[in-house]
Amino acid sequence: MSARLVHRYIPNTAPGVRERMLAEIGVASVDEIYEEIPAALRFAGRLDLQAEPRSEADVARELTSILAKNRSTDELLSFLGAGCWPHYAPALVAEVMGRSEFLTAYGGIEVNDHGRFLAVFEYQSMMGDLLEMDVVAAAVYDGTTASGDAIHMASRITGRKELVLPRLMDPDRLSALLNYNGPWFDTVFVDFDPATGQMDLADLAAKVSDRTAAVFLENPTYLGTIETQVQEISRLAHAAGALLIANVNPASLGVLAPPGQYDADIACGDGQPLGLPMSCGGARLGVLACKNEVRFVHTLPMTMVGILPTTVPGERAYTWHALFDRIFYGEREAARSFSGTSSFLNAIGAGVYMALLGPSGMAELGRSNMQKAAYAAARIGALKGVKAPVFAGPHFNEFVVDFAGTGKSAAQVNAALLERGILSGKDVSGEFPALGAASLFCITENHTQSEIDRLVDAIAQVTR
Amino acid sequence: MTHIDEQAAEADRYLEYQAIDTGYRAVRWHEKTLYEQSRPGSTNAILPPVEPGIVALVGDVAAALPAAARRARPPEMPELSEPEILRHYIRCSQMTYGYDSGNSMGLGTCTMKYSPRINEQLAASPKVKALHPLQPEETIQGILEIMYGMRNWLCELGGMDEVTFQPRGGGHGAFTDACMIRAYHHARGDDHRDEIITCAVSHPCNPATASAAGFKVISLYPDEITGELGIDALKAAISDRTAGIMMTAPYDTGVFDSQIAEYARLVHEAGGVVSLDQANFNGVMTRMRAGDLGADMVHFNLHKTFSTPHGSYGPGAGAVAVKKAFRDFLPVPVVEFDGTKYRLNSDLPHTIGKVGTFMGMVPNVVKAYAWVLSMGADGLREASEWAVINNNYLIKKLLEVRGVEISWPNRRKLQEARFSLAKLHDETGVSTTDFNYRLADFGVQTYFESHVPRIVDEPVTPEPTESISKEDVDQFVAAFHHISAEAYSNAEIVKTAPHRSIVHREIHDYENLTQVPFTWRVWKRTHPDG
Repeated sequence: MSARLVHRYIPNTAPGVRERMLAEIGVASVDEIYEEIPAALRFAGRLDLQAEPRSEADVARELTSILAKNRSTDELLSFLGAGCWPHYAPALVAEVMGRSEFLTAYGGIEVNDHGRFLAVFEYQSMMGDLLEMDVVAAAVYDGTTASGDAIHMASRITGRKELVLPRLMDPDRLSALLNYNGPWFDTVFVDFDPATGQMDLADLAAKVSDRTAAVFLENPTYLGTIETQVQEISRLAHAAGALLIANVNPASLGVLAPPGQYDADIACGDGQPLGLPMSCGGARLGVLACKNEVRFVHTLPMTMVGILPTTVPGERAYTWHALFDRIFYGEREAARSFSGTSSFLNAIGAGVYMALLGPSGMAELGRSNMQKAAYAAARIGALKGVKAPVFAGPHFNEFVVDFAGTGKSAAQVNAALLERGILSGKDVSGEFPALGAASLFCITENHTQSEIDRLVDAIAQVTR
Repeated sequence: MTHIDEQAAEADRYLEYQAIDTGYRAVRWHEKTLYEQSRPGSTNAILPPVEPGIVALVGDVAAALPAAARRARPPEMPELSEPEILRHYIRCSQMTYGYDSGNSMGLGTCTMKYSPRINEQLAASPKVKALHPLQPEETIQGILEIMYGMRNWLCELGGMDEVTFQPRGGGHGAFTDACMIRAYHHARGDDHRDEIITCAVSHPCNPATASAAGFKVISLYPDEITGELGIDALKAAISDRTAGIMMTAPYDTGVFDSQIAEYARLVHEAGGVVSLDQANFNGVMTRMRAGDLGADMVHFNLHKTFSTPHGSYGPGAGAVAVKKAFRDFLPVPVVEFDGTKYRLNSDLPHTIGKVGTFMGMVPNVVKAYAWVLSMGADGLREASEWAVINNNYLIKKLLEVRGVEISWPNRRKLQEARFSLAKLHDETGVSTTDFNYRLADFGVQTYFESHVPRIVDEPVTPEPTESISKEDVDQFVAAFHHISAEAYSNAEIVKTAPHRSIVHREIHDYENLTQVPFTWRVWKRTHPDG
């Protein structure tokens, strides 16, 4: 008989342990326990997989060699955004997120895990300050599922069955929302003003009614425009007895009106811009917030960390312990939700980011994104045959460029730019054909003037 | 009182109650919130400056916004220097019990296992971190190769044909299943099929996600003797409205339902779809395959079985694997390989589209792939065997503790088991919650009691995975002996616990949740004196 496997990740594989433990259990072999699985269902074949364990060095070499086939945005100059934005990630964010205790904790309670609850409470608090909202969920999977949760809340709160969505929306996001909210709502779309990219208020007024559960506002919009009519949209929604859900980019809130300022009932968004890496779209943080009223807080389908008193007078417990009764852990099918394990580590990271930047840094972040994007749009728009920005209104950090006047498609421009080491904007010509040979470019605070100038020069060359 | 006074007073209290001493004391900083430490005007120059050439061309575009679109007042966030912020979070981390901190085997259904650091380092490479999800395929061949590689592992382990990594957790995976079941019946003109059958001892995400997808839910309860659902109960639940069943194997009770393949057959016969929740896969890797049980689709948790870190409660990663017949319903894109190049295919005729953002939690796929290569199929088998041996050893030892019983004692359990302290509670008045608080005084992680509904009174649900040593199990059991003895001799010690932990037990004296501060702005408003 060959020697048993001793594996570095399994302490009990050291010789002799198995025999002692099986003897204690009173079985000759573990197979006796597996007899719980009926013989016909026990897998007896040989899996078509690498059988032997591999050493750490071997795995590191193999993965490094595979990953080397990627060309990252450290190597290519990237202007891709569209829901995953290339912001600067401060060193402290990764440092704190890499702390082994935060990285590997999970379902403990406050008596052992007080620190992670305090850190998450502070995330909720700083996010609440940014949003000007009183109640913030600990974290949802991502901005899209947070939007879906917000919409579900509106259905439960109002008992109404119609949802008003902006037509100018990322089709992928819309698809996810319809998967989640489709069975519960009839969806009505509001047009956008083709000149500004903002909501068409006349169309909104026509579509909001006493059937409307919520008006869903995106600010900035998918195509980067800033919605300046937030007060009017809020008034129209509320006049019909509907709720206003505001989907916002937290990175914009140092300068843009926060949802609380225009009386939004529920706010949502994605916290990835707050110092979280792009990670191929992996690192996300669903932001979900609402007013501090029973009808909102008691329908919020996610855990929150709150402060409770303890048996010692004056002591604060930061805890999620009391708060499970509204979510699926407490209500099962009545909860109608799907957020379990979500994104606490990312919430802690975003908290570090907000703490580092503070109110002045958040304002600087917003200003800088707007200025650099405006600079890029102005310079690209000055090129022959290129229209930028396509919409006339103000933009945050993304804008649409139309290459139709150059005779080139967005795909052709993108391919030519890639040859020059540049990742161009997202080709949105298929999603919004009316916008022409359209690409969505993203410029953040982390692009330098010389990088933007390099992009402008490259576009000039490839569209000539 | 100052913090120093508080600490001294507490030390005095400890001296009065020698009996509570366990030889352990948690790290407990008297750490104020960032808000209470804030020093207005502190700033950190983190962001790159805006070049004069940019300002010259465009000016301050933010200031030019109409007033209604602009922020009216600065957010009241804390202001501190970088080293102070780091110190605060270090202290918070020290007051957090990570897997790496000690013995976390109490957290059953969580599959707490070691997350290898090499995998963290690989996923932190710029070749992962600095990728944009919309990059052209030819620039992310490495990531696609890894996703495809992990797909192949999961297909083989699950007896399935295709995989999506888009779901961001187990609940999200179950939701993906529910959406595909809905789309499948819709494509066949069977929209009247609006009922999903689940089990009351499966994870609550199964009924909740079925409900979120618009289904009515029928929950079956395990038989008191066998712990199984039973053919008759299932037959009674099946009708022409059955859309499918969301099953679990083994259950959270550790019982493997021996009739599961027959359930699948009956549901198929009635025109329904079979989805298997394999959050509890850790004890059965290479021993059984979802596809062989008759499942059409299955979801795995990469953050449980496949070692990616739990991240204080995420980000995790779900993976859903399906049989060929359901491939066309998967969320898009799926990764394909033509023998030379990897590509993303979004052109599936019945796709449910998207369930979340982009391609899911890609870095966790990298970590999980590194883990399966480290283990090999032989290592996975070994890991499952150890999850089962450790659990059965725990059962043997824990049942020697006075007042501890186990649910379904006539069944052998696989990866975990649900114990009960009902006897101890009856005899001493000490509840499982009291017991759990006292456990924190011993320097081990608290245990998971149970999901709802609580079929077992005063439940205890630990899960000693393969990462747990015999010594860890012995330590856990020794703490149980100690606390049980206290319960029978001096129950007050247990009922007033914890005594050696970071914080004492919280009091729930609110009428509704609006009275609980969830943000500092609310705390400040309701506690003007701090």
